[in-house]
Amino acid sequence: MQRMRWRAAMALLAAGSLVLAGCGGGDNQGGGGGTPGASKVEVFSWWTGGGEAKGLEAMVADFKAKHPEIQFVNAAVAGGSGTNAKAVLASRLQANQPPDSFQGHAGAELQDYIKAGQLEELDSFYDENQLRSVFPQQLVDQITFEGHVYSVPVNIHRSNVLWFSPQVLAEAGLSGPPTTVAEFISALKQVKQKTKKIPLSLGAQWTADHLFENVLLGDLGADGYNALWKPGADWSGAPVTKALQDFAEILTYTTTEAASTDWQLAAKNVVDGKAAFNIMGDWAAGYFKELKKTPDKDYKYAAAPGTDGVYLWLSDSFTLPKNAKDRPAALEWLKECASKQGQDLFNPQKGSIPARTDADTSLYKDYLAWALQQWKSSKLAGSFWHGVTANNQWHTDIDTAVGLFLNSRDVGKFQSALVEAAKNDAG
Amino acid sequence: MTVLARRPPSLRSSGGRRLGAVRFVLLLGFVVLFLIPLYVLLATSFKPLEEADPSRAWSLPRTWTLEGWRAALDALAPALWNSVKLAVPGAAISAVLGSLNGYVLSKWRFPYADAVFAAFLFGMFIPYQAVMIPLVQLMTKTHLIGGIPGLVLAHVVYGIPICTLIFRNYYATIPDELLEAARVDGAGMLRAYASVVLPNSGPAFAVVLIWQFTSMWNDFLFAVFLTGPASWPATVQLNNIAGSMVVPYGQQMAAAILASLPTLLVYVLLGRFFMRGLMAGALKG
Amino acid sequence: MPASEPALTTGGRRRPAPAAPAGPPRRRRRRRVRAWLPGLVLLTPSIVAIGVFVYGLIGWNLRLALSSKTTDISPAHFVGLRNFTRLWGEERWNLAVRHAVLFTVVFVGGALLLGWLLALLLDKGMRAEAGFRAVYLFPMAISFIATGIVWRWLMNPAPPERAVGLNALFQRLGLGFLANDWWQNDRWGMAAMAVPAVWQMAGYVMALFLAGFRSVPEDLREAARVDGCSEWQVYRYVVFPQLRPVTLSALIILGHISLKVFDLVVAMSGKQIITDVPAVYMWQMVFDAHNPAKGAAIATYMLLAVAVLILPYLIWTLRSERRS
Repeated sequence: MQRMRWRAAMALLAAGSLVLAGCGGGDNQGGGGGTPGASKVEVFSWWTGGGEAKGLEAMVADFKAKHPEIQFVNAAVAGGSGTNAKAVLASRLQANQPPDSFQGHAGAELQDYIKAGQLEELDSFYDENQLRSVFPQQLVDQITFEGHVYSVPVNIHRSNVLWFSPQVLAEAGLSGPPTTVAEFISALKQVKQKTKKIPLSLGAQWTADHLFENVLLGDLGADGYNALWKPGADWSGAPVTKALQDFAEILTYTTTEAASTDWQLAAKNVVDGKAAFNIMGDWAAGYFKELKKTPDKDYKYAAAPGTDGVYLWLSDSFTLPKNAKDRPAALEWLKECASKQGQDLFNPQKGSIPARTDADTSLYKDYLAWALQQWKSSKLAGSFWHGVTANNQWHTDIDTAVGLFLNSRDVGKFQSALVEAAKNDAG
Repeated sequence: MTVLARRPPSLRSSGGRRLGAVRFVLLLGFVVLFLIPLYVLLATSFKPLEEADPSRAWSLPRTWTLEGWRAALDALAPALWNSVKLAVPGAAISAVLGSLNGYVLSKWRFPYADAVFAAFLFGMFIPYQAVMIPLVQLMTKTHLIGGIPGLVLAHVVYGIPICTLIFRNYYATIPDELLEAARVDGAGMLRAYASVVLPNSGPAFAVVLIWQFTSMWNDFLFAVFLTGPASWPATVQLNNIAGSMVVPYGQQMAAAILASLPTLLVYVLLGRFFMRGLMAGALKG
Repeated sequence: MPASEPALTTGGRRRPAPAAPAGPPRRRRRRRVRAWLPGLVLLTPSIVAIGVFVYGLIGWNLRLALSSKTTDISPAHFVGLRNFTRLWGEERWNLAVRHAVLFTVVFVGGALLLGWLLALLLDKGMRAEAGFRAVYLFPMAISFIATGIVWRWLMNPAPPERAVGLNALFQRLGLGFLANDWWQNDRWGMAAMAVPAVWQMAGYVMALFLAGFRSVPEDLREAARVDGCSEWQVYRYVVFPQLRPVTLSALIILGHISLKVFDLVVAMSGKQIITDVPAVYMWQMVFDAHNPAKGAAIATYMLLAVAVLILPYLIWTLRSERRS
């Protein structure tokens, strides 16, 4: 009996030590092998496929060429607008094991991190690299929180773009894209009456959120829209009610299968000539290029109805978390992101325009050329859906309100939910 | 060790044979229903990008291509090895641990053993997303995060309830007299285990190995939270193939099939023992 | 012996602790303790692991749910059940619960029924039985991501002129009336969401029931046949009554998977209100809205729901085990 228990104890000890031996290899936080003491920069993003990944690779290749001693660890995790990447990031930040840099939308989306003290200010970084003179003033203003900047924008995307099919418009007897929301609604009606094609192609719930911000901007104008995101804003007034009613009416011209459709397939309907209109951000241009579709022949673009002269912008940016394992390497990465060369390598591939105003314009063709020109001459409004003007709580509350509205189509309830969200979450 | 494999009675009468034919047809009908998704997966995996579209889901490829498979293999290969490093030791350790636990709880009981067992079972029921943040914190503090060993540990710990359950129920069918006899011969707890219980555990091991291998191989949540890019298993990589631009459906479907092949292989190898294990009461009691 | 055993948790007669040898009282007690102590020691690592990883984390979660930490930087004061009660005033929560209940009923019922039917069809043996079993079991091997990808295509609700997936197949086969809007249907959408889940788990339930059928001793069946029962009556009066433990096991396993369903819903439809379930709501609260207390409250509700399903069963089996 004594010998048996002794043997049991030995067995447990052996098992325990095996486990510990195995665990010894687990101490590296997400990195590969690498010699101890070597420099390593671990970067979180959600750019895992298509043009985005290619853009990131191009920038990374340039970074590696400039800094051969730093190992780049690409921790990109896919998931709609980074839902998975952000979740893993949250757990790492709370465990005080941040990556060396992570992607986030410039603007209010970063507020939670800033308020929790998880991001370092980049004021001196901006000064050292003369970024304040190179980024547009409005952009820097929008990403300044309580006097400090916390991220480095790499690109600018536009949310308020109307993609349309010249063939379907011709079939419906429309001479050109609508320029106001009211014109848009009557155009949709005309497409429905005169053709068998889909008037407005829509995808899953988030594309309805995207459509919603465009209708808001179209009906309220840049000033009205921008005012909505300030503390104490009035969401209960008649202008907002009108916008919601227009939104409700526009939704009646979309497809029944919208919720089952990826944004890509919804956009594809336009270039395939199956739908007249699609309102989607300008990442669709990159997608259409990969589909080998030609602008002006297979599709055309314009500012979303009622938003001509306004650039509803969003920006992907990189941050510097506090307690990053390799702060110097992280700063080198941020320098790459902020550099003219880096941005000019990344953006043409990704299908966006650079945040810097001194980019090499010859690299940006077709849609991007138009976007560059528009960016310089338009009024700016920040996209709420893509993280510029609404913080995380507000964002989720509006998303919930839109989702419930898609079920009920009750404008009154929708408006009170939006009022409630603004009251609880603004600022 | 009683394994009641009942031999089905022969169908002597012609009515019996007709009934058998009806049963066969019905079973075949269900086979077709069950295989429909597999057909779509396979057909799409051999289609080029332009053809891999939901509207053409039912047609066979006009141009058969292996580009989806090649891309999937490229993307998945390193991750597949990580999955193997995770699921094989993980399932093995789970099985051994479950076997020892089940043995203790069914044959070598201590006061309040039932309460302890019930407490174990309850552990099956937590919604894991709820505890991911503290889990990451816990594993960071104990330096277990970031690699496969930590992931194995997490899966083994959260697999303890179901593995213990399976073995406990299975060992209950071992007659106590056998253990008494071993004890009379002077064997202690572990020697009795090694000589009486372990040799008869095959089917239960099959059930546990299949269950744990499948759940570890197909898990996404723990993998994405507890490991980093170098140690990502196949599920995380599979998810990443769905980038946010052009969704390469052909490649996605090929990758989905590839990622499922090892589990299918385990089923094929252990399937017979799986059924035997279930029949000997591993999961029904 | 096995078939008449009560169910999932006991699996056996209550086995008394190993008999203590005779001797003076203190030595007898020490020997008694020595009898079961090794077992406890062997179990200790698991007890510790479960204690920390399960109960420790449940405790952490509960403390958060009872606190005022509704943003990352809020203080965490004790506020009692406020987070719990507030949920019921929300349209979204009520919708999510309704969806979860509908999904659970259809998934558990469907998987049990289909598994039972397949087992019944296979019970008497069949040519290529192993082949049939393999086909019904293979969906379990496929990860939810893959399941989501393909079933998304299959259950596309586009109207007839644009039909794809199963709706298109129905049309081609002349079964157009079967075409429907699947999980986008207002009231019954979640029932459609349960279809891929049933596809995945029915084979496993079939294996359970088949094992259950086949462990009814043949002599019992023969006896009934000799008494003049038809084959169907043999099933009805001899075999099915023995199946309660198996059915209950399957019910527990399916029930807890279904109440926690997350991966399948997200793979099929992303995170949309139309298919909202508590697990998705919890994810959004914790990771998107950064509202830890609310997320923790939802998680606690989910845990409670499973407990309500399982605990009465556990108590019943432990009590019946003690009785026998």
